[in-house]
Amino acid sequence: MNGYDQSNIRNFCIIAHIDHGKSTLADRILELTSSVELREMEDQLLDNMDIERERGITIKARAVRLNYKADDGQDYVFNLIDTPGHVDFNYEVSRSLAACEGAVLVVDASQGIEAQTLGNTYLAIEHDLEVVPVINKIDLPSAEPERVCAEIENVIGIPALDAPRISAKTGLNIKDVLERVITDVPAPSGDPEKPFKALIFDSVYDMYKGVIIYVRVMDGSIKAGQTIKLMATGAEFQTVEIGYMGAKDLVPVGELKAGEVGYITASIKYIGDTRVGDTVTRADMPCDEALPGYKKVQSMVFSGVYPADGAKYPDLRDALDKLALNDASLSFEPETSAALGFGFRCGFLGLLHMEIIQERLEREYNLDLITTAPSVIYKVNLTNGETVMIDNPSNYPDPSLIASAEEPMVTAHIFTPQVYVGNIMELCQERRGNYIDMKYLDDTRVDLHYELPLGEIVYDFFDALKSRTKGYASFDYEMKGYVPSKLVKLDILLNGEVVDALSFIVHADKAYARGRKITERLKENIPRQLFEIPVQASIGGKIIARETVKAMRKDVLAKCYGGDITRKKKLLEKQKEGKKRMRQLGTVEVPQEAFMSVLKLDE
Amino acid sequence: MTGIYIHIPFCLRKCPYCDFYSVRIDNGLLESYIDALCRNFRAEKYRGVKADTIYFGGGTPSVLTGGQVKRITQGLYESFDIADDAEITIEANPCTVDRDKLLQYRQAGINRISFGVQSADDSELKALGRLHDYEGARRAVTLAQDVGFDNISCDIMLGTPEQNMVSLLYSAGKICELPIKHISAYMLKIEKGTAFDCEEVRKNTADDELVSDMYLSLTEHLNGRGFEQYEISNYARAGYESRHNLKYWLGQEYIGFGAAAHSLFDKKRYYVERDVQKYISAPLQEEIPEEEAYDERQEYIMLRVRLKSGLEKQRLKELYGDLAAEEMVRFCRTLETGGLCRVDEKKISLTPKGFLVSNSIIARLCDIAGLS
Repeated sequence: MNGYDQSNIRNFCIIAHIDHGKSTLADRILELTSSVELREMEDQLLDNMDIERERGITIKARAVRLNYKADDGQDYVFNLIDTPGHVDFNYEVSRSLAACEGAVLVVDASQGIEAQTLGNTYLAIEHDLEVVPVINKIDLPSAEPERVCAEIENVIGIPALDAPRISAKTGLNIKDVLERVITDVPAPSGDPEKPFKALIFDSVYDMYKGVIIYVRVMDGSIKAGQTIKLMATGAEFQTVEIGYMGAKDLVPVGELKAGEVGYITASIKYIGDTRVGDTVTRADMPCDEALPGYKKVQSMVFSGVYPADGAKYPDLRDALDKLALNDASLSFEPETSAALGFGFRCGFLGLLHMEIIQERLEREYNLDLITTAPSVIYKVNLTNGETVMIDNPSNYPDPSLIASAEEPMVTAHIFTPQVYVGNIMELCQERRGNYIDMKYLDDTRVDLHYELPLGEIVYDFFDALKSRTKGYASFDYEMKGYVPSKLVKLDILLNGEVVDALSFIVHADKAYARGRKITERLKENIPRQLFEIPVQASIGGKIIARETVKAMRKDVLAKCYGGDITRKKKLLEKQKEGKKRMRQLGTVEVPQEAFMSVLKLDE
Repeated sequence: MTGIYIHIPFCLRKCPYCDFYSVRIDNGLLESYIDALCRNFRAEKYRGVKADTIYFGGGTPSVLTGGQVKRITQGLYESFDIADDAEITIEANPCTVDRDKLLQYRQAGINRISFGVQSADDSELKALGRLHDYEGARRAVTLAQDVGFDNISCDIMLGTPEQNMVSLLYSAGKICELPIKHISAYMLKIEKGTAFDCEEVRKNTADDELVSDMYLSLTEHLNGRGFEQYEISNYARAGYESRHNLKYWLGQEYIGFGAAAHSLFDKKRYYVERDVQKYISAPLQEEIPEEEAYDERQEYIMLRVRLKSGLEKQRLKELYGDLAAEEMVRFCRTLETGGLCRVDEKKISLTPKGFLVSNSIIARLCDIAGLS
């Protein structure tokens, strides 16, 4: 399409649970619109980070423009905006949705609706998006499209009986989806004559172009060379290039107009200047008000990240710098630990975000890391009337100075086959959850609604949930706010000395059990040393749990025969190799695994 | 003064726990091997070297006849400047010697003999795959004394199949009654690839805890009978410490001859390939340098820690500097509180309990010394 006509534009996204086939569907759509030659297709083109492809999730939003000749004989422009599927990126999802008029909801024909699907679908409905349900994987023998259609109608309350039944894998009925997008999703309706107003829904850093901001133009138009203003930060830049996202490349164009999706470059150096959700306007002809819904992204989960080899600290800093170029939601600042040396206190959107960042640091930057137990932000009201926010157990005030403490709560939905309800309730109980209610999604599946302390789910909740439901349950949560709580700081002592990197904040009722478990775990993971090593857990100087790493008995080479000392040397070298993975804490040598073992306590 | 080590890599048969180099005895081969040894004694670089110990190790050196030993010692006397009071040792398997052979050994100049007795319990000896019984060993030791050996040593093994604390102390008691001056007590280590490297043997041998206890009890037992521990695995009556073996731990020179022999000569460590055929056919033994160059700073800690005489504080300062030496002393004082070590004015020495974990102690000391 060369001419510009908003009525032939469709902006939409795809919502799906992990593994329900979002990326495969996107691939088929790209293929069908001939945006990518078949031979150039690399499976699942839109997910281009290794981790995304392996985990089958989308971390960052991405968008692509597609041309489609519809059955009505007209040419259409589709802008497919990919959304992250995970709760950690809820805000990013909401901004991507705000750039669309419709959403294709992909549901697996045998699995049915999952917690995240529902969360994102509700979010889409809140944003007045037209939801187009699609039943995927109907080629599977276990497919039950009728049941799943009924589930969509019952649970979400949108008509679904005539939803396209497709197989993204085999390519069956993909065209129906595109036709449905044309008939069901409204065309954009911005005013091209009004002052320029666009929504930033994503941004990436490019070595040559600087920050590339992905925008949905709401009103007006923009050309290269014009000066833009980012309303939240007030920063102004002269645009260098304007264009749209082709399937493989960025394609420069002269102008972007109301209803279109595209990108802007303006020699922007810091990704922090371009905040997702912010409004872009023209500096000389600003719109009267910013688009609603902008929030500054806040880290929810914090963890100390240290190089296993202290000498790699500068490498870690460089790697974090580079990751932050493309991820405005990653925050970090230097931190020093007596036990672990120099490292960084990193803030993440949530658990998945944390895992992804850690994995990328290890994989893409070849770093060996030691991470401390994740912490949330606690609110501590001091006796002098002040309130402090604590994201690092090391900064937890002395108990005598604390009047009261509060912790963040989330409201959580767990979708599960009914048979696991007992297991999940037990788990939520252990995690200090408050039961709210339970709804039947259909005959066999339920939606369990709980309130849970965020601090309890940042540990190993996902793993525990998975192992107790054979992987069948799905989980979604959103922040609810702070509630008063009986919190204590638990310290771990090795050979009588506090190891700062192992301290954490915990609810008083759970301190003993947690202390026991951690001391047991450390005992298992700290090799015998020349001395007996007491491993203790304490609260305010009072020991609540103790284990002992027994002294090593035998580590000797009895014989060096005929003056052959090579064996002895080799043995020593092996020992030295082993030592490299150890942290020397006073007189105690602690292997990396010991630090990591306390992060996953639920077996 | 240097030491001379002669490797005799021939055995009647391989013991199931042994991974040292040896081949089955073959007299033709042995004769050619001795020719090769004597050829090597005459190598230019060893001419006129002063030596005060000679040690026949194996393998089973006692497969050599008296005449063969004599041929070797004569060869040595021709090339080296051997001290009058040289300690000349041969290792012997009790079932390979008789009165005549022992007498000929004496006449060939051997003045110290070390018997692989291992145990006084015949079922343990059988489980070890040894060819002798205890009575045979006792007789061999007595014969050695009869023909004039004053300096006799016996080996004991700890942690062998079917052995327990009681049977070990029984063996030690019996062996201490023999007319001997020296005892070596080695803990069995199951080596990869040996016949002992199997689950059945493992489950039939004492675990580390028990072996450690056995070692401590044995040490106490031997000390109480006048055999003072002077190295991790060696005990002797006063003045009868093995001068040759001490060279290894004191970092003194020794020259090894024969396939698989190791040397420390002229501040270089090297060894000879484990190949009898090659040894015989080569004009001179090919001496292969050890991967890592000789480094006294590393070896001092590694080797001296094994000795009861231990590390000299003054030497530590010279080798590693004052700061590191002080740090080592501090570390050893903490070991002292755990009963692993003794620190006095001049030296640091490990206790038997410390010897048991000496690898870890060495590693830590090397760490402090900044040895990478």
